[in-house]
Amino acid sequence: MTEQTQQLKKTALNATHRALKAKMVDFGGWDMPVEYSGLIAEHMAVRTGVGLFDVSHMGEIQFRGPASLDAVQRVTMNDASKLEVGQAQYSALLTGQGTFVDDILVHKLGENDYLLVVNAGTKDKDFAWIRSQVGAMHGIHLSDYSSYYSQLAVQGPRALETLKKLTKTDLAAIRNYRFVFGEVAGIHNTLIARTGYSGEDGFEIYIPSDVATTEKAWGAVMEAGAEFGILPCGLGARNTLRLEAGMPLYGHEISDRTTPIEAGLERWLKMDKPVEFVGRASLKALIDAGGPANRLIGLEMVERGIARDGYPVLNEAGETIGVVTSGSPAPFLKTNIAYAYVPNAVAESREDVFVQVRANRVRARQVATPFYKRPKK
Amino acid sequence: MACPTHLKYTKEHEWIAVDGSVGTVGITDYAQSTLGDIVFVDLPKVGDAVAANQTFGSVESVKAVSDLYSPVSGTVTAINTELATAPDKVNEDAYAAWMIKVDLANPSEQDALLTAAAYDAFIAEETGK
Repeated sequence: MTEQTQQLKKTALNATHRALKAKMVDFGGWDMPVEYSGLIAEHMAVRTGVGLFDVSHMGEIQFRGPASLDAVQRVTMNDASKLEVGQAQYSALLTGQGTFVDDILVHKLGENDYLLVVNAGTKDKDFAWIRSQVGAMHGIHLSDYSSYYSQLAVQGPRALETLKKLTKTDLAAIRNYRFVFGEVAGIHNTLIARTGYSGEDGFEIYIPSDVATTEKAWGAVMEAGAEFGILPCGLGARNTLRLEAGMPLYGHEISDRTTPIEAGLERWLKMDKPVEFVGRASLKALIDAGGPANRLIGLEMVERGIARDGYPVLNEAGETIGVVTSGSPAPFLKTNIAYAYVPNAVAESREDVFVQVRANRVRARQVATPFYKRPKK
Repeated sequence: MACPTHLKYTKEHEWIAVDGSVGTVGITDYAQSTLGDIVFVDLPKVGDAVAANQTFGSVESVKAVSDLYSPVSGTVTAINTELATAPDKVNEDAYAAWMIKVDLANPSEQDALLTAAAYDAFIAEETGK
């Protein structure tokens, strides 16, 4: 291994995380905090109060030019023509086979101006892939602005009250999956989006990535949230929160071997949108042939034992029928939950399955997902 | 946190306190800190045999599962039943939250274990990349 490959990328808050004595891990080539005070406390802060995440490792790819909508439509599975300016949607980049390149958020910044937020570990692959698909189109300008943005996620039932102290923007007026530009903590033209990856209400803000600005924003949010018991939250809590909330993670529930259909993401798959998108033909053929053989299901462990990513799923007879894609104790629900792929017939039967947890075969029941839904106000 | 000097250690991050022919075994503060919030401790039964360098149970945090390795051979004479309902005691104080007591079959096995200074040096090497 060369010196260069060992060099992890750092967000503008790296020194802040280290000063907070966060446990740091290599996440997709980034030196990122996995936890600060403790995963369970951080998870509970987001479910019951407010938490702050540094998610500056996420990538941002901008599409501009008169053909930008056409280009976004070509490379994504959701229908971006339905977006209004100031609206975001969950979507995905698909391969020609209809499997995942990545899952993404598409923000419509303006007419002929779209910002795609992509996963950190796949960003370079995503950008290269997008260029290979639409880079030669007339009237499209693609930019990788990932290093220009720091992204902070303020999540939890007290997120609005926290952020409200730092801006004159009417945050309550921003609907779910909408965004505005406003001043936050004295930082002008901050993209303030009512989005997140926790299953709670919350905001994601995008600010310039210089250390001074980013540290200022982080400090201001921490101070504003102090009265609500705000905690800095790491990638550990981010993962358990998204799992409880039933949100897929690239490399786990979704990958270049799975399609949106077996992953249960048909709601965001717009087969009939006006533009032929990459992967559509393969998915059409798959649907016409009866659909994928497997299905993603939610499991709750009935007996003592925690399913982990990659553990085999067995039937009553002890035959391996599937695999766990994500499994963990659910800190808020206080049960052990998992996502797993199993054959359609098993999913449809709703019958109990077994997870091979090391030496033990542990019974699990099929449950509806999301495992957790936030209470309606 | 420096390791208590009256204990002996394994490279798998267990500690043992020996009093006469009985050894009390737990995991180190470094181990609990690396694992994070512990949610489940799986221990053997009283009367079970354990063997030096062999697994005798497991400990699970939210993030991961990790085997427990016995520093010594012998027979389990007691388990810390409190950990079944309060596994987080291990996070609170890893040196107080013992896991099993073992009647030593071969007390000389202790000689192969690490002193506190040697264990500290071992951790420094593991983390000091």
